[in-house]
Amino acid sequence: MSHESILIVDGLTMRFGGVVAVNGLSFAAERRKITALIGPNGAGKTTVFNCITGFYKPTSGVIRLTHDDGRNFHLERLNDFRISKKAKVARTFQNIRLFPGMTALENLMVAQHNALMQASGFTFLGLIGVPSYRAAERRAIDRAKHWLDRIGLIDRADDAAGNLPYGDQRRLEIARAMCTEPALLCLDEPAAGLNARESAGLSELLLSIRGQGTSIILIEHDMSVVMEISDQIVVMDYGVKIAEGAPQVVRDDAKVVAAYLGADEEEAAAVMESGA
Amino acid sequence: MSAPDLTHASRREAIAFILKNAFISAFVALVIFSLMIGVRTEAGPTGQLIYWTRFDDLATIVAVVFAGSIAVELLRQWWGPVGVVGAIAPSVQRGLDFAGKAAPPLLLIFAFLVPVLFYNQRYLLDLSILVLTYVMLGWGLNVVVGLAGLLDLGYVAFYAVGAYSYALLSTNFDLSFWMCLPLAGILAAFWGVLLGFPVLRLRGDYLAIVTLAFGEIIRLVLLNWESLTGGPNGVSSIPRPTFFGIPFTRGDDGFAARLGIEFSPTHRIVFLFYVILALALLTNWVTIRLRRLPIGRAWEALREDEVACRALGINITTTKLTAFATGAMFGGFAGAFFATRQGFISPESFTFQESALVLAIVVLGGMGSQLGVALAAVALIGGFELFRGFDQYRMLVFGMAMVLLMIWRPRGLIGHRAPTVFLKQNTAISAELAKEGRG
Repeated sequence: MSHESILIVDGLTMRFGGVVAVNGLSFAAERRKITALIGPNGAGKTTVFNCITGFYKPTSGVIRLTHDDGRNFHLERLNDFRISKKAKVARTFQNIRLFPGMTALENLMVAQHNALMQASGFTFLGLIGVPSYRAAERRAIDRAKHWLDRIGLIDRADDAAGNLPYGDQRRLEIARAMCTEPALLCLDEPAAGLNARESAGLSELLLSIRGQGTSIILIEHDMSVVMEISDQIVVMDYGVKIAEGAPQVVRDDAKVVAAYLGADEEEAAAVMESGA
Repeated sequence: MSAPDLTHASRREAIAFILKNAFISAFVALVIFSLMIGVRTEAGPTGQLIYWTRFDDLATIVAVVFAGSIAVELLRQWWGPVGVVGAIAPSVQRGLDFAGKAAPPLLLIFAFLVPVLFYNQRYLLDLSILVLTYVMLGWGLNVVVGLAGLLDLGYVAFYAVGAYSYALLSTNFDLSFWMCLPLAGILAAFWGVLLGFPVLRLRGDYLAIVTLAFGEIIRLVLLNWESLTGGPNGVSSIPRPTFFGIPFTRGDDGFAARLGIEFSPTHRIVFLFYVILALALLTNWVTIRLRRLPIGRAWEALREDEVACRALGINITTTKLTAFATGAMFGGFAGAFFATRQGFISPESFTFQESALVLAIVVLGGMGSQLGVALAAVALIGGFELFRGFDQYRMLVFGMAMVLLMIWRPRGLIGHRAPTVFLKQNTAISAELAKEGRG
């Protein structure tokens, strides 16, 4: 548990009535690295995400986030919107959750709500149109433009988000999360439903996000993406961690192969190979 | 909604389709009405059957159905979804688009000229004040229902709070209308927040039920708290508004005498007209401004997806409460105006029917559309008066008109959403994409 860890999850347990979705999970996500959370369906990955991002309150355990400046946040104590606002943790969803009736640009503007809210003097100054608010809005538009440019959607900025193709919506959701200027970005299956070319583009985007200093945690089933970009992988099954380490290490772990892909090791190994 | 790739062949096809439909409709009408209208039967004085034919009436009906069918189809083409090949020529389409753009300023100019044009028609002036009151209420509720997507069935409660605030403050403490107006707005906003708190966790139908109950609670309190509100007798002799201290009376210090013109009771009506016009325009201006501010975008984002809002660090609680408070404040302003115009208020004026009417205006206008709400208020309130001639059929005609409108325009008169910010092109977003909000 070094200072290098941006997120430390310690003894995280989440119970839903009698069902134990996550049982005493501990892991650390390194700063400015990509940590992948993988495991078979129902392993509890999304539950972990929901605990980190405040959508669930964990039954027990500690989730500690440390910013670059050394400030600590106990995410299990912060409630929903404050995790994004104060602790700077942004997330995307397994089923895309854009604002479909708003344009791509508007989606990115909504993401900058808190900064703009402050600039608009909690609406009162904005209502009379003070210059400082206008400048802040221009900066917000510039940031949105920057991200639209990076995800290649600048030409569709004024189209409704619901009208964009699926792959574009996925990238827009990541850009929207990035517009909140997060310290930690949590991606829930960002490559789901993407074709090979789009997956490659996504990997590139995520690497460039890591390059600019944002730590990433992602849940992903697409092994080609996971193996290519992750610096570290945490493998879960039935709510517990069964392996952890660099992609190479995890890929060769017999327990992972068995749990993740069933008992048939030969077949499992073949799939893991193809994914590499 | 243009169809740029419109070819002659496809237009001819569309025209043929419309004509075919019209002929079928006319034929059906001929069959149905030939006996109903074409032949009139009656019992004669000795009990024998007397009948005579009314083929001219029948021909008229069939012709009306034929023409009506064509008109309806043309309207469908005009309003239809984007990209559908239309029978309307591009030039006509451009004209219609232009009319759409020119409508708001023209309507505004017309609104300003109403007292000049209809100075001698007291009835029309009163009606236009009523219409403007509902335009304002519609715009106020539009913030809650149209933008934030919170279905509020108890909006009349805030109207009542505003009205009683002014009535009680002015009769008990002698405060002037202009002093009471902001107070009424603040009090209504306060009650908006008070209603907002318990319903924060509720969505959709449940939210609607609780707001409905809230509206009834306010009305019942007003009805039963006799020592304060006068109960069913209401509050009477509420001071009339003054022109910044100058009353509209016949006396020497009255408005007419000061200006040196002849006294006329219409002066006050005209003044009231401009007051409500100014209040309505203030509501409109503030709403348009708010939509482009972060709070307005957050309202619309809340309507689209509440979970995503939370993930983006938007405080759902304050966002919902400000929507309730803003909507309620405008309702309070409108209520204060209502009290000063009537001079007498009682709980009877604040029944659920009023809430339903204002909600109907918002839904009919197209949720979130300022122009749509204004048009719907004119159509509903004005149309209701227009149908006065139909006597007991008024409600029937009125209901039928609404049903027809909702069939053709399920998302309201103006069913698309304009983006609040754009880079290159301000393209309207089709209503099918925008969510209605589930509370």
